[in-house]
Amino acid sequence: MKDIIQIKNITFNYPDQPLLFDQLSIDVHEGEWTALIGQNGSGKSTLARLIDGLIVLKSGQIVVDGLIVNDDNIFDIRNKIGIVFQNPEDQFVGATVEDDVAFGLENRQMPREEMHKVVESSLKEVGMWEFRDRIPANLSGGQKQRVAIAGIVALSPKIIILDEATSMLDPRGRQEILDLVTKIKQENNLTVISITHDIDEAATADRVIVVNKGTIVEEDKPDNIFGDIRKLESIGLSAPFTSQLIMALEKRGIDSSSQYLNDKRLIAWIKQLVSNK
Amino acid sequence: MSNFLFGRYLPGNSWVHRMSPQSKLMLCFFFVIVIFFANNVWTYATLSLLLIVVVLMSGVSIGYFLKGIRPLIWLIIFTVLLQILFSSGGHVYWHFGPFSVSDLSLINGGFIFVRFLLIIMISTVLTLTTTPLAIADGVQTVLKPLKKFHFPVDTLALMLSIALRFVPTLMDEMETILNAQRSRGVDFGSGSLRHRIQAAVPLLVPLFTGAINHAENLSTAMEARGFTDSEHRSKYRVYKWQTKDTISWGVFLLVGILVLFLRNN
Repeated sequence: MKDIIQIKNITFNYPDQPLLFDQLSIDVHEGEWTALIGQNGSGKSTLARLIDGLIVLKSGQIVVDGLIVNDDNIFDIRNKIGIVFQNPEDQFVGATVEDDVAFGLENRQMPREEMHKVVESSLKEVGMWEFRDRIPANLSGGQKQRVAIAGIVALSPKIIILDEATSMLDPRGRQEILDLVTKIKQENNLTVISITHDIDEAATADRVIVVNKGTIVEEDKPDNIFGDIRKLESIGLSAPFTSQLIMALEKRGIDSSSQYLNDKRLIAWIKQLVSNK
Repeated sequence: MSNFLFGRYLPGNSWVHRMSPQSKLMLCFFFVIVIFFANNVWTYATLSLLLIVVVLMSGVSIGYFLKGIRPLIWLIIFTVLLQILFSSGGHVYWHFGPFSVSDLSLINGGFIFVRFLLIIMISTVLTLTTTPLAIADGVQTVLKPLKKFHFPVDTLALMLSIALRFVPTLMDEMETILNAQRSRGVDFGSGSLRHRIQAAVPLLVPLFTGAINHAENLSTAMEARGFTDSEHRSKYRVYKWQTKDTISWGVFLLVGILVLFLRNN
């Protein structure tokens, strides 16, 4: 599989602070959903900003879809990447929903007729077309994140980065955003990187990378990673609810063969246990 | 407070609503300038008649206009009183020390009152029939000629529209901070002026910190969405000059000329 993002031996620190990354390397495979998880201050969000060229590396190299991240390529790279940030309020630039979706298109000097078509189709894609006249004050957090996603879809990028995009939403809003991104990813064959605290969000990924203190601790499929709760807890992350439940059952002598199970599979497994007895 | 800026716009589909914002803005200016040329009953009557026509065509009920005047009523009364008591000449009805009331001062007071009323009403028509966003766009169009002198018109317009967009956000935050500080025992409403100013500090500091955080995050988000500068952008919304605007300008210009004829020289 092709690596759409290659991070090679990067070093970075904020002014007057210790090194955040020391010789870090990560590859992101095209068409995959990669989750980056780790504690606060582990440098996850910084990584998103480095990939998009919003902040500058000390040393090393990042290659996005064949282009090296530097001053010359920066706008081509930003055309390939859309980022949904954490705070819904702070990425809403336009005065109304449709103006906000148009913002990125205006920056690229798209002609007006085309712009109106693209805004309409993008808002319909995320189910926000009926809300096009609304001002941000009259939208919920989840709706604002939908608009942010529409703004990204409008630019048809190859990569979407969710930078803790669901952390300020309620559980239902969170699930709706994840479902929406899953749908858009499939329809447009996108690569998704989700940077998150939320283990349940990470569990929807194809591959999980656990970052701690600027280095990769673990890199595997979610099933394998979340099976080993003790390891997760040793780096200060709480395991997903399902893993915690399995662990509690194991203590009572019920063996699950130590595998990570999502909600549905867990329910199926428990039903089976009950019927066997 | 939020009503002051945003509750003003009344959605509608009248002639005035559908005019382009830049021409409404300029007509408003033009009307105010013409008001300062009026100096007798005929000129004021002509302008009042024009205003009544404009108000009727805006399709907005008169109650909203009265609401627009209410906050300014004391300023109007004060100015009119000054005009009545201090202007000299004419037949004096009453005087006491430096104060006097004459037939001329009463007429002048009346004119000042009408002048205030006209200015407030015409600007109320503008804000009631135009969204803040459209006004920001109108300002951009009106100021366009200044580009020749390297005045950053587009940047100004973008700043204006982002500022308008963040007013409700900051209002909400102020409300939250206000309640948070109240729950800690800060009293905002009573005490001496000095005390009240002191009480505002724990309100303003978090509000400003929040605003600066918003600005920083917003600029990152704007950059990530491909923003470079405000010059090299296309525009999603465009307000075209329409026949309505030409007709309105024609009427206003005629009235302006009429006022120049009717005024006392």
